[in-house]
Amino acid sequence: MPESEPLLVMRGIGKRFPGVVALDGVDLRLFPGEVHALMGENGAGKSTLIKVLTGAYHHDQGDISLAGESVAFAGPHQARQAGISTVYQEINLCPNLSVAENVLIGRAPTRFGRIRWSAVRRRAEELLDRLHLNIDVGSDLGTHSIAVQQMVAIARALDVDAKVLVLDEPTSSLDASEVDQLFRVMRGLKEEGIAVLFVTHFLDQVYEIADRMTVLRNGRRVGEYRTAELSQLDLVAAMIGKDLAVLEDIEEAPRREVAVLERGTPVVSADGLGRAGAIAPFSLAIHKGEVVGLAGLLGSGRTEVARLLFGADRADQGQIAVDGEPVALRGPQSAMRQKIAYCPENRRTDGLVEELTVRENIILALQADRGWARPVPRGKQDELVARYVRALDIRPADPEIPVRNLSGGNQQKVLLARWLITEPKLMILDEPTRGIDVGAKAEIQKLVVELSDGGMAVLFISAELEEVLRLSHKVAVLRDRKLVAELDNTDGLDTDRVMAAIASGGVA
Amino acid sequence: MIDMKSRPEQTVAERLRVIPVRQKYLPVTATAVLLALMYGLGVINYPGFSDTQIVLNVFIDNAFLLVVAVGMTFVILTGGIDLSVGSVVALTTMVVALLLENGWPAAVVLPVALLMGATIGFLMGLMIHYFDVQPFIATLAGMFLARGLCYVISTDSISIDNPFWVSVANAQLWFGGFFITISVLIALAVVLIAAYVLAYTTFGRDVYAVGGNPQSAMLMGLRVGRTRIAVYTISGLCSALGGVVLSFYMLSGYGLHASGMELDAIAAVVIGGTLLTGGSGYLFGTVLGVLVLGLIQTIITFQGDLSSWWTKIFIGLFLFVFIVLQRAVTRRRR
Amino acid sequence: MSVVRHRLFWPVAMLVALLLSNLFFTSGFFSIEVRDGHLFGSVIDILRQGAPLMLVALGMTLVIATGGIDLSVGAVVAISGAMACQQIAGLDDQGAVGGVLVAVALALVLSGGLGAWNGFLVSVVGIQPIIATLILMVAGRGVAQVITDGQIVNVNSPPYKTIATGFLFGIPVPVIIAAGVVALVAVVTRRSAFGMLLESVGGNAGASRLAGIRSRRLIIIAYVVCAVCAGVAGLMVSSTVSSADGNNNGLLIELDAILAVVIGGTSLLGGRFSIAGTVIGALLIKTLDTTVYTIGIPPEVALLFKAVVVVILCLVQSPAFRAKIARRQPAEVAA
Repeated sequence: MPESEPLLVMRGIGKRFPGVVALDGVDLRLFPGEVHALMGENGAGKSTLIKVLTGAYHHDQGDISLAGESVAFAGPHQARQAGISTVYQEINLCPNLSVAENVLIGRAPTRFGRIRWSAVRRRAEELLDRLHLNIDVGSDLGTHSIAVQQMVAIARALDVDAKVLVLDEPTSSLDASEVDQLFRVMRGLKEEGIAVLFVTHFLDQVYEIADRMTVLRNGRRVGEYRTAELSQLDLVAAMIGKDLAVLEDIEEAPRREVAVLERGTPVVSADGLGRAGAIAPFSLAIHKGEVVGLAGLLGSGRTEVARLLFGADRADQGQIAVDGEPVALRGPQSAMRQKIAYCPENRRTDGLVEELTVRENIILALQADRGWARPVPRGKQDELVARYVRALDIRPADPEIPVRNLSGGNQQKVLLARWLITEPKLMILDEPTRGIDVGAKAEIQKLVVELSDGGMAVLFISAELEEVLRLSHKVAVLRDRKLVAELDNTDGLDTDRVMAAIASGGVA
Repeated sequence: MIDMKSRPEQTVAERLRVIPVRQKYLPVTATAVLLALMYGLGVINYPGFSDTQIVLNVFIDNAFLLVVAVGMTFVILTGGIDLSVGSVVALTTMVVALLLENGWPAAVVLPVALLMGATIGFLMGLMIHYFDVQPFIATLAGMFLARGLCYVISTDSISIDNPFWVSVANAQLWFGGFFITISVLIALAVVLIAAYVLAYTTFGRDVYAVGGNPQSAMLMGLRVGRTRIAVYTISGLCSALGGVVLSFYMLSGYGLHASGMELDAIAAVVIGGTLLTGGSGYLFGTVLGVLVLGLIQTIITFQGDLSSWWTKIFIGLFLFVFIVLQRAVTRRRR
Repeated sequence: MSVVRHRLFWPVAMLVALLLSNLFFTSGFFSIEVRDGHLFGSVIDILRQGAPLMLVALGMTLVIATGGIDLSVGAVVAISGAMACQQIAGLDDQGAVGGVLVAVALALVLSGGLGAWNGFLVSVVGIQPIIATLILMVAGRGVAQVITDGQIVNVNSPPYKTIATGFLFGIPVPVIIAAGVVALVAVVTRRSAFGMLLESVGGNAGASRLAGIRSRRLIIIAYVVCAVCAGVAGLMVSSTVSSADGNNNGLLIELDAILAVVIGGTSLLGGRFSIAGTVIGALLIKTLDTTVYTIGIPPEVALLFKAVVVVILCLVQSPAFRAKIARRQPAEVAA
């Protein structure tokens, strides 16, 4: 294939934030009609680079040229007009507006300044049809699941006459069929000569769709490669910049055999627990040292199960027992008193208090449990925090910086540390590895194993079946807000059987 | 392979679809129902309350508040707040009275007054958007500024005897056995134009988008800055127009006019079901909110024997009952 | 440069500038003399007159840290003064210390109750703070007048008068009270976990709930503290003139208090708060009032002057503004 001229060139891009160099002389080239993967661990600078490209940030150094002409964007609006369209990892749409408006706002067809609502609706339906999404475009976006919202965001990006389409982790909340759908669309765009910049943590997806990739590490460019010329192993090595021992450890770890567990009285058991509109009544027992995986599609009720077990939502029927004793969970505090901990799925909105420091975030649950009048002595705080910052390898290792300055993976570790210091009997982890890099992911998986070996019961929720299977003694399968199957993790269990259970809604 | 269209969340979304549409209108509906209840209460308790003119008088007496509340609705829909409106109203009456006193023609005074209001709003918008000053503080500064300017012009009341002003002020438009004033027409026109702008123009939808999630709106390529500056400009313009309407009503300019009115305007918008966090609400709700406040005043007038301090307590009490009821209604059905 | 970057640099600089500017108009501005063993001087006057605002702003800081706002503090100032004066006026001996103490206690308990009411509306009923406290703001002045039966109550009580005009160890009593309350609140919020939990609730209410924080209780406490502070300020205000005027005592003090908090670097969105900043903010506003007076600016223009100072201060404190200035400077050097 002859090398064509790059459509977009970023050269020597530098960007610093107070105390952090986010990008240091990074180059990036995008070619027309190619899918280009931007790879790197969390905190490597991918998001920052994209925000510079799309005009959301101003870079301190370097220059950008589009189709041979030097460009500088004052904001996303200008970048869009120049033909750079973006779908962000966190869905950046307005939940209070209708689906149709979200697709077309900012360029809705008007006549004499009056928006033609019928045309807006028709156009939105066309665009969503292209993605094979059949929903009422008049409904509020906020009433739809994250996956649907993500597709709406893509539909919006497709509407413009884009030369460059940036997809920042669009697949992190999509299931397999939706990813296929997206890839089909992406191939179509390639043929139209659009340059696609694709960011993802899923290596398989990169090898399926990308023609070329750029790898970042610690704010620097490691290199640009043709996908066909770089093996997966080399890619991972380039991304994390260290040997793969930690990964291989996990990959080769023996399956968690259910037989090794003695099952006495469950640490926590739910009996006919349910909440109208959220989750049908279910029964589930979690034993000491046991990891129970929750599998199911997005919106199947995984988070709802977690929230009921933590008392974050009130159950309207059924009972919970802790160590065999029935308890009433009136809220998170009473769950905490029963030594139940919950790391929520959405770190930023439900987990961390971003302006507080790492130390304060870590100490928060313990302090809440003691009440405001009995502060954890500062010496004790420092000691606890230092211990967990070290144990979990939280970086930067400065407990007094605001947690908002940390990368996603490190924020997740802070959240874990917050709950670990409360010494829970049951730890509920809702998507703890979502949107974090390979290295951090492996560390968290290892931690789960260690915790359960140490006797802690863990409820592990993840969209990645491989991960669930690797870690769990038992897998509970959810579908349509119902618990449909409970599978012991024996030799015969593999992802296909779990998928079958999800698809058939029961007996596998 | 799983068919997208049979995906669980879609079926859930489809099941929910009927509800959200209604839920959007729930706060406004609650306000309408409560307003009707309050009116019914008045009719039952006080003879003469059922006279249609009573309702029209609520419009006549609150036309200026309605105009100002319309501007406030724009601001609150973007998640902001404007504390300067009462002072800008007062300043407008002052400027109008001063200019007319000096013999300026009405045709010049009107645009000058409106331009002044819009300029003050524009400047506050600049501070808020470009310099990240919190709206509460920027408009508080605007409030001090406008009130201060009033006293610079004069600490006394200036009466207006311009023939045009007097004729507009005294004009009564009769239909059937009832009448309204030109001010009411102005207010209704403002309401209609604003409702159209919010529902049918790109700018109007940008207002909702900015209020829903400013970060998203920015990343979606909407001109957030322009929208934010524009809503404060509109609010300033509406305040100035409200001031003109008030000057018809009072036929005087005075630095103490409309003191504390910003709170009435905010209360009207909130009672009308618009969220102070932005992104959700309707102009029609604001109209209902103004009517609620006006009706409370009317009921108190009908009661007649209340001393001024009990009046304050009752307004507070009504406000309380109203907000709690509205809260209960919207919460229960959720 | 790092000094300039400090959060409180500009408020402090502005305060110092204002104080110094007085020197041009009043040569003896900074002189403090001891008369009858009591301290006197312009600076002392600022402290004394600023005590009520400082107290109100102090309480307001906690409420704003929760992400709330309390518009009713002015009304509480009026109610507290009305309650105390009405009680004292009913005493057989207005000079009785015991009777005055009972009156003061009653006024503060009532204030605390009103704060609990605000907190209840905000945290339990779930009404937006600005609206919840608007109710009491509107009704509160009526309540104050009901307490005094619509009259302005005058008292002649030396012990009560002491609250605003007395001296202890040569220092004005209101200054001691204000300093004491500020110290107490600062120590309690920072020595206990109250401050951090409050910042957590204000920073992210949802996450705080999932971390097990009982935010309702914290929020109610914040509103109670705020109202009690306003109550103490109300005692000072009414003690200064030995009378309670339900209509005018503490009028618009809520706006000055909010301004003081914001000038002191606490965001109206909630989260991190700074008590030191609030104290500086309150002193700045009081100094501003005094300066306007001593410079001889006509009182009509005083509001205008205040607006200008607020705008300047907000702008220099705004990171966006500083960034724009900073970006311009290197460009000029290059050119």
